[in-house]
Amino acid sequence: MVTLGDYLLVSGILFSIGFAGVMLRRNLIIILMSLELMLNAANLSLVAFSRFRVDSSGLPNYNAQVFVFFIITVAAAEVAVGLAILVALYRVRQTTDVKDIRQLRF
Amino acid sequence: MSSFLFWVFALMTLIFGAAVVINRNPVASALSLVVSFLGLAALFMSLNAYFVGIIQVLVYAGAVMVLFLFIIMLLNLQAEERRRINWLAAAGGIAVAVILLIEIFLTIGRFEAARQTFPSLSESTTDDVRSIGAALFRNYNLPFQIVGVLVLVATIGVVLLSKREPR
Amino acid sequence: MNSLLPWIVLLAPLVSAAVITLFTRRWKMLSSSISIAAVLVSFICSCFIFAHGTQGAAEFMWISISGVFQVPLGLTLDQLSRTMAVLVSGVGAAIHIYSLGYMRDDEGKARYFAALSLFMFAMLGIVLANNFVMLFIFWELVGFTSYVLIGHWFYRDAAADAANKAFITTRIGDFGFMIGILMLWMATGSVVFTEVAPQMSTLTGHPMFLTVVALLIFCGAIGKSAQFPLHVWLPDAMEGPTPISALIHAATMVAAGVYMLVRVAFIIQGSQTALLVIAWIGTITAVMAALIATQQNDIKRILAYSTLSQLGYMVMAVGLASNDAAMFHLFTHAFFKALLFLAAGSVIVMLHHEQNIWQMGGLSRKLPITFITFVVGALALIGCPPFSGFFSKDAILALAYERNTPIFAVALFTAFLTAFYVIRMLVIVFFGRPRSDIARNSRESPPVMTVPLIALALLATFGGFSFFARKFLALPVEREVAIVVPALAIVALIAGTGLAIALYGNRATEPLKDLELVRHKFYFDEFYNWLIYWTQELLAPVSAFVDRWIIDACAVGGSSRGTWGIGALLRLVQVGNLQGYVFVFGLGVVAVIYFAVFR
Repeated sequence: MVTLGDYLLVSGILFSIGFAGVMLRRNLIIILMSLELMLNAANLSLVAFSRFRVDSSGLPNYNAQVFVFFIITVAAAEVAVGLAILVALYRVRQTTDVKDIRQLRF
Repeated sequence: MSSFLFWVFALMTLIFGAAVVINRNPVASALSLVVSFLGLAALFMSLNAYFVGIIQVLVYAGAVMVLFLFIIMLLNLQAEERRRINWLAAAGGIAVAVILLIEIFLTIGRFEAARQTFPSLSESTTDDVRSIGAALFRNYNLPFQIVGVLVLVATIGVVLLSKREPR
Repeated sequence: MNSLLPWIVLLAPLVSAAVITLFTRRWKMLSSSISIAAVLVSFICSCFIFAHGTQGAAEFMWISISGVFQVPLGLTLDQLSRTMAVLVSGVGAAIHIYSLGYMRDDEGKARYFAALSLFMFAMLGIVLANNFVMLFIFWELVGFTSYVLIGHWFYRDAAADAANKAFITTRIGDFGFMIGILMLWMATGSVVFTEVAPQMSTLTGHPMFLTVVALLIFCGAIGKSAQFPLHVWLPDAMEGPTPISALIHAATMVAAGVYMLVRVAFIIQGSQTALLVIAWIGTITAVMAALIATQQNDIKRILAYSTLSQLGYMVMAVGLASNDAAMFHLFTHAFFKALLFLAAGSVIVMLHHEQNIWQMGGLSRKLPITFITFVVGALALIGCPPFSGFFSKDAILALAYERNTPIFAVALFTAFLTAFYVIRMLVIVFFGRPRSDIARNSRESPPVMTVPLIALALLATFGGFSFFARKFLALPVEREVAIVVPALAIVALIAGTGLAIALYGNRATEPLKDLELVRHKFYFDEFYNWLIYWTQELLAPVSAFVDRWIIDACAVGGSSRGTWGIGALLRLVQVGNLQGYVFVFGLGVVAVIYFAVFR
């Protein structure tokens, strides 16, 4: 049988993969996609816990799923704005390489 | 049976997630991410979270990834060419990720509840849409409205950011 | 009412000073009247207290740190204080009235009277204080007001310098005084005279400590009463107006030192070493000043050095453990020295501020009243019977003969010198022919100046007789030392007088030419200048080093450069590399999870 731990494990591995992607890739688009991976890993973990906490009337605890709903919404908004910024940056710099946007150093 | 399906979809999610990070072609990365999301949606379904699973497909795979692909196409991003790898930075990054992973393993290992299987639900087909809606509009009404405003602001922001400089 | 009377004595001059300074600076006659009225009020009240023996005065607690340090503001009214209060306010009153005449044409008259009132307040504070701290406060205030008064004509460099010199020199003595007071408080826990005295028995077990305390307290008297080696300010202080010289340097301020020594006699007499030191310092001062006086040509300087010499006698008496003899001489000295100064002032003003005795001469015919009163004062000063000075000086000489023969020999020699220089002054100024036109055309002073002279002359004549003096002081016990002492004293007197008349009768210039050492006051001023110069030369590089390297470089520069450096270091964190930041985030997360879960 599948245990809660299995789902958490998957979530953890997915999160680490996403984190490695943010740290190691140079292309901004890939970085944004890795961020999405991390968010989804958190979503998976939340839904697993929601299913795990079953209350007295036999229903899962939907608070976590409401939280997931919000996360998805906010992530979508964030992606939209992030990509808009990326496009504006590309127009000026002609590059999406993260190493070329280092102006905010002393 | 469900155990087997779980592992199939779990592996699908993980492998295509890794593919996102490893691929050099951004279009390939985006498509891998779509498949990964589908795998996640299947996992949500297996947890009886039907509403969230459908939303995952509709919003994430349907809207967000489409947006990603649009932008990739718009900017006409090519596959990255091979370049010198800064081994030190790479090693540092991989090390941190690996340590994080190990810590997660260990934490899950200590967590007693993780060994338990899921309790059974009262009805096999739960109308979670109604329950989530009720919770959303009753208990979390204010955050819901605020998120609505947030999306509005994001929209306005995107419009502003994509304006071209006036000539 | 009775308990307020002593406070009225003390505070009337303060009120006068405040009113004049704040309100009536422009109206000179009004200011002088207020000041004179205040001092007369003080005088009348102190006479009243003296006559009726009011014992108590209201006392206020000023500082009170319970169990540790308590300083009351209270007045002591034993016989010594009452007598001194009458003396101070009486002589002060005479001087105030005399000043009306002397300062008639002066521009700063209101300022002068305000300072004079403040001085009276401070001096009365000294003689009425009942604890060390209050005494010290008024002590310093007297120093300050004498600075103001000596430098009254501040636009003259000599006067300004003299005022500085007086203040700084007495301040040096006051430093020792303060340390002495602190040590005494440390040992006994109190600063009030009546509380410290019974505790002397605990201190006599530590003779070294007691000697040090006694000598430190004596430092204050060395400064204020111009003893060797801090005597250098007194002659220069003659730059002030003559009534000030009379008041401060003859009758009151310098006597404050002697008064203080008498007050703390219970401490000084506990240590034989201290007594010996005090006696010898007094003796040295007396003989040195007398030697210098024999070659001075400014009439006020001669009187200044004679004050120094007589103060030396008083301090010598204290050192010979007889407070009564010291107070007796202080008492008589106040009268005849004030008289001499005021008479000299009369001469000076009538000669249009000429002070060189070699420009005078034959004034016995021109200023008769002044001449007679001056002679009375001079005879009292040299100790000629039956004037008051004879009795008091004789008491001291008898004491010295009995207790310490070397001191007696020196004191006798000093008496000879005193006669010599006083008669020298008398002969040159008043006898013979006038040596300048100013002297030829002078005439007698107005009554506002001569009346106080006459009053003081009477006191100088009769003040020594026991039927008069006994009312004021405890007289020194009549000693059975036979006729030796008075006889020797009179012999010295006649010898000095004879020598002076022989040398200086009918001369136009100074006959003794080669006494350079004496004429230059034993080069004390030069020595002190050299000392100060070399101290500054040594200290200046040290302070420059501290200022340049420690304060500027380390403290100021250090803090600014240090901040800048830390800022520069911290700035290195801002690499601008996005993935570098993420890496650090990751490290932080890993660390937090570690500490949260695995510890």
